[in-house]
Amino acid sequence: MNHVEIHRDECKGCAVCVAACPHGCLVIGDTLNLMGYQYVEFVGNDRCTACGLCFTVCPEPGALVVYGMKKV
Amino acid sequence: MPDVQIQYSKSASMYQLFFRKENDQKTTHYCPGCGHGTAQKLIASVIDELAIQDRTVFLSPVGCSVFSYYYFDTGNIQCSHGRAPAVATGIRRTLSDAIIIAYQGDGDLAGIGMTEIVHAANRGENITVFFINNAIYGMTGGQMAPTTPIGVKTLTTPEGRSKSRDGNPIGMCELLASLQAPAYIERCSLSTPKQVLRTRLAIKKALDYQVRKKGFSFVEILSPCPTNWRMSPLDARAWIAGELEGDIFPLKCFRDVPQEIQPDSLSVIRPDIVTLLTKDSILKTSYDGPPRAPKYIKIAGFGGQGVLSAGELVAFSALEEGFNVSWLPSYGPEMRGGSANASVICSDEPIGSPVVDCPNVLIAMNNPSLELFENSVTNNGIIVLNSSLVERKPRRTDVKTYAIPATDIAKKAGLVSAANVVMITALAAITGFLHVSTVKHSIGNVLRKKLYTDKNLEIVENTLSYLREKEMM
Amino acid sequence: MGIRLMKGNDAVVFGALMGGCTHFFGYPITPASEIAQQAAYWFPLAGRHFLQAESEVSVINMLYGASSAGARVMTASSGPGIALMGEGLSYMAGACLPAVVVDMQRSGPGLGNIWPEQSDYNMVVKGGGHGDYRTIVLAPYSAQEMFEMTMKSFEIADRYRMTVFILSDAYIGQMMEQVSIEGIPSESGKKDWAVYADAQSRSNLITSIYMNIEKQSEHNRKLQKTYEKASRELLEFEHVATEDAQVVFVAYGICARICLSAVRSLRRLGLKVGLFRPKTLWPLPEQEIKQFAAAKKTLVVVELSSGMLASDISLYANGATEVLHIGSFGGATPTVTSLVDRIIEHIGDRHA
Repeated sequence: MNHVEIHRDECKGCAVCVAACPHGCLVIGDTLNLMGYQYVEFVGNDRCTACGLCFTVCPEPGALVVYGMKKV
Repeated sequence: MPDVQIQYSKSASMYQLFFRKENDQKTTHYCPGCGHGTAQKLIASVIDELAIQDRTVFLSPVGCSVFSYYYFDTGNIQCSHGRAPAVATGIRRTLSDAIIIAYQGDGDLAGIGMTEIVHAANRGENITVFFINNAIYGMTGGQMAPTTPIGVKTLTTPEGRSKSRDGNPIGMCELLASLQAPAYIERCSLSTPKQVLRTRLAIKKALDYQVRKKGFSFVEILSPCPTNWRMSPLDARAWIAGELEGDIFPLKCFRDVPQEIQPDSLSVIRPDIVTLLTKDSILKTSYDGPPRAPKYIKIAGFGGQGVLSAGELVAFSALEEGFNVSWLPSYGPEMRGGSANASVICSDEPIGSPVVDCPNVLIAMNNPSLELFENSVTNNGIIVLNSSLVERKPRRTDVKTYAIPATDIAKKAGLVSAANVVMITALAAITGFLHVSTVKHSIGNVLRKKLYTDKNLEIVENTLSYLREKEMM
Repeated sequence: MGIRLMKGNDAVVFGALMGGCTHFFGYPITPASEIAQQAAYWFPLAGRHFLQAESEVSVINMLYGASSAGARVMTASSGPGIALMGEGLSYMAGACLPAVVVDMQRSGPGLGNIWPEQSDYNMVVKGGGHGDYRTIVLAPYSAQEMFEMTMKSFEIADRYRMTVFILSDAYIGQMMEQVSIEGIPSESGKKDWAVYADAQSRSNLITSIYMNIEKQSEHNRKLQKTYEKASRELLEFEHVATEDAQVVFVAYGICARICLSAVRSLRRLGLKVGLFRPKTLWPLPEQEIKQFAAAKKTLVVVELSSGMLASDISLYANGATEVLHIGSFGGATPTVTSLVDRIIEHIGDRHA
């Protein structure tokens, strides 16, 4: 299933991905990561289209990994 | 989940672990929401897509992105403030297939480095410059940049940037678009996801042009600096869209004219260097006759009388006859307005000072030369003067004087500029310290206008006839 | 092999080509422009690169780039231009990049004039740019040495990964002499630290920033170790009749030539005078100066400055012997006669 894998300790909680996602699949959670940021969480089961916008706008190289259906 | 696979993840051209970084080797050193991270990810993804990772040399500037080499798994060079385009030029001349990326901020590129970017663009260097414009000096903590909008408060414009005091923000794309050489100039923005995607297209086009050797490409990227703008990352992006993208920094393509870069053929032809450098050289000469008295020669006249080349003719001839020689043009305090002189020393022993303070031979081509140097001639020295122009006789009685109407002899043969050849021929013939045959042989080697070699040789003969006629030799 | 009658400025370019220099970046300035002009003619003929930059600041950064990419690089300028290169020279030292820079010294400060001085000694020998670094400084005194020293400077620069300066003056550059074009041409080998834009060199990084006290200290220690090694291995000097001399001239460049004539004149008068000529100004031959001092030989430093070399010589002599300074500036040079008179006067005073 399409989804975004969050590497919580690489997220600085800027929320740019949250605003970018067309389907509201991402939210900033309440807990702090090792760097002290409230990091992003994936809540978009069934809605994520693996469009990659979240990854593309995210300033961190490794915070997000987008999985999608195998292309045929 | 066997039915899914990774669609978007960290680019291969970024290090998987940022091993050059001290701490947190998985995250960047950029502040939350900073545009640098996004821009650099876009560049990395294009490097992957174009399969140019091995060929890429990434130039880190001075500014927040000084540590870009933490992230890019490419060749990396860190540059001094503003100079990346000059560094890129040096690399371009060395590695013809390298993909050279200069990544520069606004202070770096539009402030201190204005000269370098303008000239690299004007040369149409086949390089790509990514200009990250966040309208502020980030690394130093938020001072005014050349691109800061009017009225914006920074640490050095606490009341806001003033047009009358600080000038207007500089539009680099507009400025560079006034040059003919650049192939591609576009301004993009990281304000919204749509603009981010457009930015990626521009980055791709710019690098693709470089790969295909289409010339200088420049992409300006309006980029958020939430920390120094004192805004949230989202507000910062909205501010770009609302304030920067409008009249100040309109988003558009300013130039898209791929150029044909001439391949650098120079490095292909590599002649044998020794052959090249010894062409027209002479063989080592040796002299094993009786010791010869050293000659300290001063040749003086107007500029244009061939004084310096007369000296060269003496020096070259003497070299051919196995002397050590030195030739020094009028240079230093003895030079006076309008006149020129050459000091030539010919000696069996290695020459110490090349300066001739007290000549034992003075060749005076005009009046002022005789005035200036007569008194410096040594006892029993020789003065050869150009009697066509020198009106008086030397006052010195302890020297031998030879008056040669050099300008007349030269003029008669139709080459007035060859008065110098007359004088040197006379010097050789009268003193015998050089063979006239050597002087003749040297003329072709020394005098610039090869066209006149035959005429000069004729003048040598005319001079000899004159000397014989006057029984001076 | 062959002999040419050529200017010191031209000999530099021939030396550079023999020394394997592939890139000349230049900016016009009297009295060094001829070097760029000759390079503009000869480098393309030899299949190498010449480029006129927009400023000396750009020149030194072009050297930085081409040297990072493994090329043998050079430029030539004079005081005002070298001063502008200060930042780049410091960056190159920090990043351990080899380069060759020729300084045809002219009068300063400021715009000064175009006549010779040796007043860039402090700027060039002591560094010029910011930070704790050294450059190797060679001091030719003839057109032949302009050729030879330039030629070998590329190997030296590569060996130590340092900038080599040819510190010369307008006289040596303008003077024509016989130059024997000889020696084996060299070429740069592959450098394991350079960025060649290929897979093998992809992990190479050229930088001078270490945002960590320990790493910066370690880097600086490494630099100092290189400097210490270079100073041991590169020292070159020439003695002329110093063994029995009571008075020894110390001079480089044009002043050494003038002193050589003065030594000959004084010897003909039966006076025991010699010349000591440092061929490297960094490293400066400290032991030799100390030996002269221990032997109580009077040292007479002749230079076209207010005493920049003289202050180093005094430092090494450390009060053990008399160090005199004969200087001139503004483009003036001491004459052989003036030196001879001065020494006669000095020895006369001594014996009076």
